[in-house]
Amino acid sequence: MAQSIQAGQSYGFFTDTSVCIGCKACEVACKEWNQLQGDSPAFLADSFDNTGSLDAQNWRHVQFVEHVPDESATAGNGTAWLMMSDVCKHCKHASCMEVCPTGAIIRTEFDTVFIQQDVCNGCRNCIAACPYSVIGMNQQTGTAHKCTLCYDRLQGGLEPACAKACPTQSIQFGPLADLQKAADVRLATLHSQGQTQAQLYGRDESVYGGLNAFFLLMDKPETYGLPNADNARLPSRNDAGGYLAALVTGVLAVVAGLVAFRRRVTR
Amino acid sequence: MVFLAEHFVRAPQWTWYILFYFFFAGLAGGAYVLGTLLRLSGDPRDEHASKLGYYVALPALVLCPILLTADLGASWSRFWHMLIDVTPGETSPILHYWSPMSTGAWALLIFGVFAFVSAADAWLADRRGAPLLPPAVGRVIGIAGSLFALFIASYTGVLLSVSNQPVWSDTWTLGGLFLASGLSGAAALITLLVRYRSEAVVSLARLRVADGYFSILELVLLVAFFITVALAGEATRIVSWFPLWIVALVGIVASLLGVRRPARAPVTGETAAAPLAIEATVVSVLVLVAVLAMRAAVIFSAQ
Ligand code: SF4
Ligand code: SF4
Repeated sequence: MAQSIQAGQSYGFFTDTSVCIGCKACEVACKEWNQLQGDSPAFLADSFDNTGSLDAQNWRHVQFVEHVPDESATAGNGTAWLMMSDVCKHCKHASCMEVCPTGAIIRTEFDTVFIQQDVCNGCRNCIAACPYSVIGMNQQTGTAHKCTLCYDRLQGGLEPACAKACPTQSIQFGPLADLQKAADVRLATLHSQGQTQAQLYGRDESVYGGLNAFFLLMDKPETYGLPNADNARLPSRNDAGGYLAALVTGVLAVVAGLVAFRRRVTR
Repeated sequence: MVFLAEHFVRAPQWTWYILFYFFFAGLAGGAYVLGTLLRLSGDPRDEHASKLGYYVALPALVLCPILLTADLGASWSRFWHMLIDVTPGETSPILHYWSPMSTGAWALLIFGVFAFVSAADAWLADRRGAPLLPPAVGRVIGIAGSLFALFIASYTGVLLSVSNQPVWSDTWTLGGLFLASGLSGAAALITLLVRYRSEAVVSLARLRVADGYFSILELVLLVAFFITVALAGEATRIVSWFPLWIVALVGIVASLLGVRRPARAPVTGETAAAPLAIEATVVSVLVLVAVLAMRAAVIFSAQ
């Protein structure tokens, strides 16, 4: 991070899963900076993943995709065992922000998606909306919590804690345009090495208008629990159909009621 | 091409408060609409049933914001954040027409005024023998209020759909479904209350005819609901709640069968009304239970 961090610019993460080693330094750094106490420990037993999922206490989550084949993987075949440090995507068209009735969810001067804790009233509409299962309810405050992209650090000119801690540069922070350029170069390199399954997710506008926190994946998005471009749809897609059905029902019901009550009263 | 939806979303944990909110919102909206339609019937004897509708709508509506506030994760004192955006430095009223939760909060407030005025007018009419408002004004208020009543009874379904949840967001039917069942439930509720106001018995047979129409609408929408959700590949989620669906279907069928044997409204006297009451009571209770069961099945099938 040579240049200073400026308000009015778009910032984000480029998470390159091809170099993630699953060390979880990002998870720890995030909790430390944001003073997240973490959920009470659970032993999931069948995975290196004991975090489970993103939620109010986990704003970075290292996902382990463990489809290890019985026979040993061939050389250079990295698809059998995948790691990905998941995070709020800071979607350009954010489902959570779209449905929030209080205006608690805003885009900051760094073009990130932020939940104002003093405005949120805990209605949980954003949880129903976020297609990535990012947001959780903080039990102490009763409000919705998620990654802030270290809003406070950015204001102080510091890069987010997870990116700072990541030892492999799997998590890169910076101005969005720079990250996109870096991602294109990295993808070309991988493709030239024969890693044709490598793909960018959220780099272009096909997923929610583009993700400020986008990824380089080593398999298709669904493998990582990410909706593909066809499935990445905003909640408001259902406004028109839902209200239309209600309107038609309402008109029919009123007419039916008038017809029923107009009938002669027989005695 | 069949489009199979994929969902990686977390459930919002909307449970009992929300279930009963949906229930009472459907009944409040439905009862208000029926009260107005009965008033428009052209037969002054329907006034009694109409007033029952208005009397039911008010308390049912009052429960709504209480249940909603109780469901908030944050302190109840933040309920008004739905109406006023308190973002520091930018405090202003907030209405996002594309978010049903936002429009619904305003609609509840406005409908509350209508429900109060109409119920108060009905009450004054009962006390003084004549309504305070001229009948034409009362009618206009009833019609305007009914628009909000229809919204309140239906938007909760649209709210569920405007999300990324499985089942809910895979169908366009929920708004219409909740409205039809709310109207049906309100007809049942008014029927049950006729015992406390025997003059309203005049409207009973036609209320059940209306209920029959509402039940047909509900049945059609229910079928459309199953089809849309199945096409999205989420059928297993609804099937696992099949006991609740059975209860919902029993209510619909009961109300349709109830219409087929319309009991004649007896001329006078509570004793004469008694034999009718038993059958009507059974049907009405089944319908009300179905209204609740259908909403429960929808709410829980996604979570
Ligand atoms: S990933 Fe979820 S929480 Fe983050 S901006 Fe997108 S919709 Fe909102
Ligand atoms: S829980 Fe808070 S942030 Fe989420 S939609 Fe409700 S008010 Fe907005």
